[in-house]
Amino acid sequence: MEISRSLKRIIIIELFVPVSLLTIGIYHGLMQTIYRAGFLHQAGALKLDYYQGLTLHGVINAVVLTTFFAVAFGHATITHYLKREPDILIARISMCLMIIGTLMAAWAMLSGKASVLYTFYPPLKAHPLFYLGAALLIVGSWLPFFNWAKMYRQWKKENAEVKTPLAVIGTLVNFTIWFVCTLAVAYEVLVLLIPWSMGWTKTIDVTLSRTLFWFFGHALVYFWLLPAYIMFYTMLPKLAGGKLYSDLAGRIAFFSFLVLSIPVGVHHQFADPGITRGVKMFQGLLTFGIAIPSFMTAFNLAASLEYAGVQRGSKGLFGWIKKLPFLDPNRYLFAYMICGLILFIFGGLTGIPNASYQLNNVIHNTAFLPGHFHMTVAGPVFLAIIGMSTFLISQLKGKKIFWPKINVVIPYLWMIGVLIFSSGLMWGGLIGEPRRTNLGLSYLNPQSPLFRPDWVPTTMLALAGGIIMFVAGMLYFVVFFGTLIRKKTEVALLDLPESETYHVEKRVPIFDKFKPWLVIMVVVLLLAYVPALWGINNNNAPKALPYKVDNPMPDTTNTLNK
Amino acid sequence: MFDKYEKGILISSILVMMLFIFSLVYSLDKKGRNITECIPFNKTYQKGRVEKIDDSTYQVFMVAKMWAFEPDKIYIPVGSTVDFFLTSLDVVHGFNIAPKNVNLMAVFGGVGKSTVKFDNPGVYKIVCHEYCGVGHQFMQGEVIVNYPENK
Repeated sequence: MEISRSLKRIIIIELFVPVSLLTIGIYHGLMQTIYRAGFLHQAGALKLDYYQGLTLHGVINAVVLTTFFAVAFGHATITHYLKREPDILIARISMCLMIIGTLMAAWAMLSGKASVLYTFYPPLKAHPLFYLGAALLIVGSWLPFFNWAKMYRQWKKENAEVKTPLAVIGTLVNFTIWFVCTLAVAYEVLVLLIPWSMGWTKTIDVTLSRTLFWFFGHALVYFWLLPAYIMFYTMLPKLAGGKLYSDLAGRIAFFSFLVLSIPVGVHHQFADPGITRGVKMFQGLLTFGIAIPSFMTAFNLAASLEYAGVQRGSKGLFGWIKKLPFLDPNRYLFAYMICGLILFIFGGLTGIPNASYQLNNVIHNTAFLPGHFHMTVAGPVFLAIIGMSTFLISQLKGKKIFWPKINVVIPYLWMIGVLIFSSGLMWGGLIGEPRRTNLGLSYLNPQSPLFRPDWVPTTMLALAGGIIMFVAGMLYFVVFFGTLIRKKTEVALLDLPESETYHVEKRVPIFDKFKPWLVIMVVVLLLAYVPALWGINNNNAPKALPYKVDNPMPDTTNTLNK
Repeated sequence: MFDKYEKGILISSILVMMLFIFSLVYSLDKKGRNITECIPFNKTYQKGRVEKIDDSTYQVFMVAKMWAFEPDKIYIPVGSTVDFFLTSLDVVHGFNIAPKNVNLMAVFGGVGKSTVKFDNPGVYKIVCHEYCGVGHQFMQGEVIVNYPENK
């Protein structure tokens, strides 16, 4: 469909800003593998400190890019499926808040005043603008959600007996999760962290802050993942030349995410004191519950792809795999999605030891963890985001893809890079290599008494993968910006690929409304988090003073007076 | 509502998950000793020291601070069982003895506990695995097993 110039511009800016920042994020991704493999024995390079770069890498890649993309893709999906445009004023205000927030946080990080990593665990203290910037980015991303919810209710009034499109359910589920989980981190930032980093309050409850962060932190990964899931369900079968096997199973999967995404955050805190074993075990079990919608998705998509292969004339039990359009430059989105899904098989499986209460002891906070999550967030999530960004830019600007044959190879190159990189990290993690550590200064420096020769092969493997990922990333930038600055040759429009469904299914009312699922969501959330927060409140633990990253003495000066 | 393939999807997903959950519960009491326990906070945990209970039982009160462990070298005889009690004096730190799967977070105002038996002689490295500021990569310690004379 044709859409208004203003909406077009908003979507394009919301893709352009994070992709431009991503250059810094990817640059420091490569740099980390170089430090860690022991090729740099210094605290920083080119005026960028290791931990400063690590903060930028995490915040830009995992928060800024994903949030901007979710909003831009949400605008596109809602407009495409409900056949009406969101309120432009709200969309503009939201975009401005997100950009101002990002610039504030970027200033704090680039000037070295916020090298506290993307988890910003207190009592490490960052500049107040870092926290405020994060809060503005989050609040900005809420606004379009309220608008979409209103549009949906109106659409539902007019189409009471029509099944809500799966992509609309997915988008609304995703932003409901996002709104609820970010309430906790907004409370942490606005009520606990900002007054404390300004010097208005002296001390902070560390366990409470960590728990509020992870209330948000694990739901965050589903907020990254669900836009990719929407693409897998509503576009992938079409691109492969088939139909979606079960639309109903897709609905069940999305509503399961709504119920179970948030009350699992404590599984990041299995090794923490201050939280009882009962709470950890309960949320550990719920974590396995949330694997169910992902398993269902795997079966559903495999069946859809098999059907596509058969439609294209495959023979035998596995012949369908050979018939899929892996390297078709006109269906490059298929390549981005299938590579993401292949990575996600390994990403999902390696998440299971992390989620298992006892096995977590083997790998908690080691390099195994980034090894795992680079096959999820840098797998299906990242590939879906960059593939769809190129797609939307090319459609909305009416421009053909720059280097179409390279474009279709990028995801394969990236996938190979990630597989090597993650193997190195996970192997290292199993033999105790820590994550988030400038290994080049100590453990991977042959001159240091701390030198660990057993970590040489693992970090070298991660470096090899990192270089391949970096090359794929650079090629993506050429394709994205090349497409953006090309001459306009086509009609500018918004036309997302839409999969048909294999079965003609009747509308099942319970899987077509939000209220019952929202009630279940709240009940499970209370069951999981009331005991956790009640326990923390009754610990009577002393509170901590603020610390700067470079000084072992507490920093109690007022930040604004300096 | 569901056709037979959809039922297949649902049932096999749930069965696999039941298997995982069963394994989790099954292994809870067997090797569960080195899972983090949380102990009510008390100021005495903020003083790093090693206490010998008897010839083969030790209690290590470990304090993590920017950027060292205290005590940073622990000498114990082969076959000792050690209770590690861990707290932090400042920011969040990590505590990992990888070959023994002792893996704790050091949090200000909290005390984590893990119990482990050292059956084989050797030097077991303790690595801080949570970012704790500019000196993080130098923060480590050692458990030295096979010192019958307990220095």
